[in-house]
Amino acid sequence: MAATTKKHARRIAFPYGETAAHAPVLANWLVGLRTEARALIADGLPSPRVEAWKYTNLQPLAERRFAVVGDVSPDHVRHAMAKAELGRSAHRLVFVNGRLEAAFSDLAALPKGATVRGLGDVLTADPAALAGLIGRSEAVRGHALAAYNTAFFSDGVLITLDAGIALDRPVHLVFIGAAGASPVAFHPRLIVDAGAGSQLALIESHIGEAGAYWANPVTEIAVGHDAMVRHAKLQDETMDAHHLALVDVSVGRGGRYESTVLTLGAALSRHEIVVRLEGEHAEARLDGGYLIGGKQHCDNTTRIEHLMPHGSCREVYKGVLDNESRGTFQGTIIVHKGAVKTDAHQLCRALMLSKGAEADAKPELEIYADDVKCSHGASAGALDPLQMFYLRARGLDEAAARALLVEGFIGETIEGIADEAVRGYFAARIAAWLALHAAGPA
Amino acid sequence: MCRPLARRRARIGRKGRPMVERNAEARAADNAAQIDALVNEKYRYGFVTDIESDFAPKGLSEDIVRFISAKKNEPQWLLDWRLKAYRLWLSLGPEEPAWAKISYPKIDYQDAYYYAAPKSTGPKSLDEVDPELLKTYEKLGIPLAERAALAGIAVDAVFDSVSVATTFKDKLASMGVIFCSISEAVREHPELVRKYLGSVVPYADNFFATLNSAVFTDGSFVYIPKGVRCPMELSTYFRINAAKTGQFERTLIIADEGSHVSYLEGCTAPMRDENQLHAAVVELVALDDAEIKYSTVQNWYPGDAEGKGGIYNFVTKRGACRGRNSKISWTQVETGSAITWKYPSCILQGDHSVGEFYSIAITNNRQQADTGTKMIHIGKNTSSRIISKGISAGRSSATYRGLVRVLPGAEGARNHTQCDSLLIGPNCAAHTVPYIESRNPSAHIEHEATTSKISDDQLFYCRSRGIGTEDAVALIVNGFCREVLQVLPMEFAVEAQKLVGVSLEGSVG
Repeated sequence: MAATTKKHARRIAFPYGETAAHAPVLANWLVGLRTEARALIADGLPSPRVEAWKYTNLQPLAERRFAVVGDVSPDHVRHAMAKAELGRSAHRLVFVNGRLEAAFSDLAALPKGATVRGLGDVLTADPAALAGLIGRSEAVRGHALAAYNTAFFSDGVLITLDAGIALDRPVHLVFIGAAGASPVAFHPRLIVDAGAGSQLALIESHIGEAGAYWANPVTEIAVGHDAMVRHAKLQDETMDAHHLALVDVSVGRGGRYESTVLTLGAALSRHEIVVRLEGEHAEARLDGGYLIGGKQHCDNTTRIEHLMPHGSCREVYKGVLDNESRGTFQGTIIVHKGAVKTDAHQLCRALMLSKGAEADAKPELEIYADDVKCSHGASAGALDPLQMFYLRARGLDEAAARALLVEGFIGETIEGIADEAVRGYFAARIAAWLALHAAGPA
Repeated sequence: MCRPLARRRARIGRKGRPMVERNAEARAADNAAQIDALVNEKYRYGFVTDIESDFAPKGLSEDIVRFISAKKNEPQWLLDWRLKAYRLWLSLGPEEPAWAKISYPKIDYQDAYYYAAPKSTGPKSLDEVDPELLKTYEKLGIPLAERAALAGIAVDAVFDSVSVATTFKDKLASMGVIFCSISEAVREHPELVRKYLGSVVPYADNFFATLNSAVFTDGSFVYIPKGVRCPMELSTYFRINAAKTGQFERTLIIADEGSHVSYLEGCTAPMRDENQLHAAVVELVALDDAEIKYSTVQNWYPGDAEGKGGIYNFVTKRGACRGRNSKISWTQVETGSAITWKYPSCILQGDHSVGEFYSIAITNNRQQADTGTKMIHIGKNTSSRIISKGISAGRSSATYRGLVRVLPGAEGARNHTQCDSLLIGPNCAAHTVPYIESRNPSAHIEHEATTSKISDDQLFYCRSRGIGTEDAVALIVNGFCREVLQVLPMEFAVEAQKLVGVSLEGSVG
């Protein structure tokens, strides 16, 4: 009977939440938010019996015991920084194990009307600046993993743009994970408030330097009327890391949110995006690619809510799976009552290079309005032997042919990155992965 | 209200009168009037036949399970099986599965009868059948004897729980085909029943299947021997009649090696004020090179415009393609019931086996349908095809929920899934929830889904040629459903097209 209970349990015990050492002292007004979050994590992590976590089992995370984050040598940081060379100028903030390293950051040349501040500073010096921007939505407050972030965050970033401000350089956030002998956990909180008509390119590089750690970033983005936020994320954690991210976005009238997520690293990762199109003519584009091997597990979960008329969204998620890896896509598009003239399209595809890999997809449409155009497509399969034959017949060897086809397949997911240098930064990562994986026999 | 399709086609074919430009408001008012007219339409089959039932006491207990088993003179092993199921069901607590997108008041399982049988049991011929029953069928448009003679269909009609008439038995028997009620099969062919009952849907499968296993009262049993192509389409008409009698049919169809059978299931129910629970289980087994085609037209009472009354339809249907090259094909037209919870599935065990699922689900007023399929690919080179058409109108909700799972050994598996939803009116909802799980790289899985309303362009095109809005909608939706309608057997195609038409009249948004 006990075994049955365990199998059907909706929660996995996880003692992390009981360790007070992880929680820094906070401004009073944030205490309520923390209390709410601590209540949510009291029962532990969600098990695969919870529908939203059906395909991702957090048991490996629950079995980890975390030490308090210690110092990392500057050499280590410099070594990791070489992997996050964007190839163009940017406003840069560097975090090591979740803590801001001012020495490596560069915030000169920020125009008036734009602020980029470390959240640690904001929490001590000016916590009121976060009012109304943090823990805004139910999607964040009710989220089982984001609750750990809310309960324990101590650093991160606050980016604000006044109305009409367009940053000519991207803001580049570099997160370096460098754990020692014991695993560490960090919970960066990223807050973005893009005012009406403003424009922001936000790039996140999650670079794994060493060891096992749990990165649990939560990002909250408010895109104002007619504003545009372009968000690109590279996740290249160590193969022992767990990376569980939630991005919560609200888009105002005429605003646009674009996201590109490229996943290469982490033993277990999930990138979850919740977008609410709250104004008329709001738009979202979500692209994602993942290239995984070994026993990696990669989960992309998206939820787009159309709340007002004339909204549109486009989603393309593609994954390449080698060895015994497992890729999961869960994408929900919700069209609420009254959100007529919604135009929503979603595509998810998985390319399986090896026996033993597993691809799961759950593309969901939830429609409560009639005058809409919504569609989704999903596919899973191996490389097309006809295409292979075509390339081989033209003199390419098998490895080159495979690499070319895989590159063509996954390349679409980064095409949405507008900045050429940044796109090259992502493309180089794909090429490096292919050199290791697609070239060899399955 | 229900005009035959042929007549409509004739109307559509007529030369259109010159179109008079009318403003949008007038058109909207016109449409609203039509919607009202249809919403107020009474359920055509809403009448009650007064036949004294031989009730077991109300409620569910171990004694009731024993009572049912004793009533049917069942052997000990079956009673034991029922009791195992009942005890498991008790341990599940009164918690129905909650994952489907449906909501309904809590079902009181103690407030229903679990056994009701028409008084005159075991007629030997049509002459012995209670004339009241025959009248009921006639009102439904199923003159049993006539239909059997003219259409060549053997009808095992289920009126409440006991089979009352079986035709064409002799002809089928001469070919070795067994087609009888499951109770009779338990008595006459216990070895077959014991071997296959619960082998596809085990008693512990799910809440409703477990309940069914404990209290099933009747249903059909079909066995097609090796190499036999069943000479006629087998058909059962279900009809819920006695007040507060849940129906718990159990159907078992076995197609032995190289055989072929087509089975038709159709249902209507009289008007009721209280919701009635229906939890059937259908099990299909196809051995090497065998083929089973299972077609359903479900038109039970859906409740009134406010959702009062109507049947709760919680059905577990599953087919096992056990043999090489076997094939199971499900086709369903779901227009009735207040709640439809139904996922006809295929377990593709045999190499090269084929599973198909064709579905039309139409919901109106406050109906809720959560339906779809599961295709489990186990054998090599197995293939499956899913075509689902959901149409929701009024304040209804239609959900497609499907699973395609490819296991590591299913080399070369293929699946194609297409689910389209059509929304009619601003207050309905349509959802698509597919699960795709592939664990073999050589498998090819494709899924596509669309949701939209009836195209204004198509409507305008038809209207500008003189076709009335109502006819235009019927025309467009018939086209929308065509891929499914055309795989229905002839006998069902007409009824199904009629149903589609009736359900869609006045559904212009």
